[in-house]
Amino acid sequence: MSTTIKDPGTIKPADMDLPDPETIKKELLARYPAKVARKRSNQIIVNQKDEDGAFPEIGANVRTVPGIITQRGCSYAGCKGVILGPTRDIVNITHGPIGCGFYSWLTRRNQTRPPTEADDNFMTYCFSTDMQDKDIVFGGEKKLKAAIQEAYDIFKPKAISIFSTCPVGLIGDDVHAVAREMKEKLGINVFGFSCEGYRGVSQSAGHHIANNGIFTHVVGKNDTIKEADFKINLLGEYNIGGDGFEIDRILAECGISIVSTFSGNSTYDQFANAHTADLNTVMCHRSINYVADMMEIKYGIPWIKINFIGAAATAKSLRKIAQYFDDPKLSKKVEEVIEKEMPEIEMVRDEVKKRCGGKLAMLFVGGSRAHHYQELFKEIGMKTVSAGYEFAHRDDYEGREVIPGIKVDADSRNIEELSVEKDGEKYNPRKTEKEMDTLKTKGFEFKDYKGMMEDMEKGALIIDDVSQYETELLLKLYKPDIYCAGIKEKYAIQKSGIPMKQLHSYDSGGPYAGFRGAVNFYNEIDRMVNSKIWGYLKAPWQISPELSAKYGWE
Amino acid sequence: MRKIAIYGKGGIGKSTTTQNIVAGLVEAGKKIMVVGCDPKADSTRLLLNGLAQRTVLDTLRDEGEDIRLEDVRKVGYGGTLCTESGGPEPGVGCAGRGIITSINLLEQLGAYSEDEKLDYAFYDVLGDVVCGGFAMPIREGKAKEIYIVVSGEMMAMYAANNICKGIVKFAEAGGVRLGGLICNSRNVDNEREMIEVLAKKLGTQMIHFIPRENMVQRAEINRKTVIDFAPDHPQADEYRALARKIDGNQMFVIPTPLEIGELETLLITYGIAA
Repeated sequence: MSTTIKDPGTIKPADMDLPDPETIKKELLARYPAKVARKRSNQIIVNQKDEDGAFPEIGANVRTVPGIITQRGCSYAGCKGVILGPTRDIVNITHGPIGCGFYSWLTRRNQTRPPTEADDNFMTYCFSTDMQDKDIVFGGEKKLKAAIQEAYDIFKPKAISIFSTCPVGLIGDDVHAVAREMKEKLGINVFGFSCEGYRGVSQSAGHHIANNGIFTHVVGKNDTIKEADFKINLLGEYNIGGDGFEIDRILAECGISIVSTFSGNSTYDQFANAHTADLNTVMCHRSINYVADMMEIKYGIPWIKINFIGAAATAKSLRKIAQYFDDPKLSKKVEEVIEKEMPEIEMVRDEVKKRCGGKLAMLFVGGSRAHHYQELFKEIGMKTVSAGYEFAHRDDYEGREVIPGIKVDADSRNIEELSVEKDGEKYNPRKTEKEMDTLKTKGFEFKDYKGMMEDMEKGALIIDDVSQYETELLLKLYKPDIYCAGIKEKYAIQKSGIPMKQLHSYDSGGPYAGFRGAVNFYNEIDRMVNSKIWGYLKAPWQISPELSAKYGWE
Repeated sequence: MRKIAIYGKGGIGKSTTTQNIVAGLVEAGKKIMVVGCDPKADSTRLLLNGLAQRTVLDTLRDEGEDIRLEDVRKVGYGGTLCTESGGPEPGVGCAGRGIITSINLLEQLGAYSEDEKLDYAFYDVLGDVVCGGFAMPIREGKAKEIYIVVSGEMMAMYAANNICKGIVKFAEAGGVRLGGLICNSRNVDNEREMIEVLAKKLGTQMIHFIPRENMVQRAEINRKTVIDFAPDHPQADEYRALARKIDGNQMFVIPTPLEIGELETLLITYGIAA
């Protein structure tokens, strides 16, 4: 069979006219029934400030309309897969039928590196109670206890956690009672999560349940103070494709110590010790900002938003951390590291920019990635024409100042809200109010996140919880040069001739964080958007005319 | 084979009535299987002269998948074949799923097959249709006929009406039909008239009115049906009459459940106000 290879199209000039976003929005909504169109209309926003400088309110963290093919995952996936998946020395037991455990097992490519061979690493195992029909009928608590006992006997871990899948909630197994009983019996920390898949509107509910659980059951249990000058926690970094290793490397070069990472390459003891850090840095605002808030209230640790995706963003974040600690030696070291790293980055960046400049990107992923990765694209001259989150809330789009006005609905009430107070013994304000104020007057911003909209161009189309149908239309209307999302979207996009980069698992690549990560990303995007490989691919029906036939009697 | 499910409010006398009907049909020479669908597993007690039955689910739990029909089926009064689904203790697990598992297993084991030469299969289902599992006997055409045991008490009628709503839901998909109301009298005023009107409004019939009679209790305490314990007693004839009517029944309908207001009006007109 021979296929004629045609050039899939020429490169668009940088200043090409983009289609009008309002027209595109109309087209996305045109085929929906009136009620669905009304709902989606709130979630599809043309980026533009009003006269008061406020962004339009976006519908986010609301239920997906049944029947729409969504990108979203479930609460269990968010709790077990995302937040606790990257922790290596807690035995994570999925209480449920085997599929839930299996399909949440290392699928995010979160990496870990135990310091020695002798250290615990359970990430390569998949623990599940493998519930059968009879466990559903007669209840699964006995089997769960047996599983915890078995895991303890074999591994003697520091802690065991239990994740509830949908049927567990339906039949009413009390995983927390089992956890309390086994904690007492075994003398190690055992805790459970009510993260049944149907709780909340997306995996975001699972992130909350997981983080609240870690905060309640683990943080504050180990008061050892680490010998180091500048101690921080890195919150919301999951070490996908080794991102965390690169960030660790850079911070170590600067002389900044990480007490605990939530939760890439993490351990139980690090979580237990997290309250001894002097600064919380928040990477993924969506999945963990409330933990930073709670740690500030309970232990007196201030928090700042940082971002290690993008070389410039990395440099900016390092400087911000240095500014917080207000130590000339640290500032000097940070500048030296930046100065040392930048030349190579700039060389690759400028080379790649020649080929990628002016190309269009679209990002529909996560709760912060669709924002952060725009930095990297910008560095090589690519424009993000449309973006949106899978499971973020309004504050991740519009900025934290909208938080007090976010409507609490039945679904958000499903997620437990912890009320936290100053810890009688362990509360210790890391900066005096005066020091904080001095920093603020210098323009230093504590717990500040302006959201995705602020950083996107006027007229960009912002879409929350994009559907498969809308994705296909967007590809036709914008003809982007690359589309970033997750595995569920990947193949449909490639079949339409457009390169697709997974920003959940990074396909087989990474790291993309920090300085070396930026170089990796530039090269990867260069390869993908300039090889045009998917554009050459034609399905048989696109090449040959439709099959035709005649009846025998004709 | 006719497959019949008996529903009704908890404590209304479903199991007693079912077993007495079965005894009546057995006397008339019919071959019958009774499937108890209640975790308490007491649907075949009168036919087996005691709770001698190992439930399907207990057997499944203890012995795994390798089960023979004989392990879960006992022969009772007049050759009736008795099985009990069983289920978890109260407050644990999922009894509804248990019913589904158990009926599926009975089907796999050939309990309903041609060579069993059954004339009737009876499903005796617990109290109310609380979840999908307890609707199992009327889903997918497992039972084709339903009789609802009711009395003139308000909650019993309310439950009967609710069950009718369930039947409507499954009637189109599964082909199940309502065969009638069985009034198990509680000696409420105007009970017969009231249930007759209720039946009419539901689009069905009151197939029989069973008078209240202490002999039923006496037979029960002796672990027997009335027909078995006191075959010459007039109450035995009532059950025989009911069995005959069911055997000859030709009226199978999709019921027309009442609005709650309509049901209350009925109670006021025939009950309290009459």
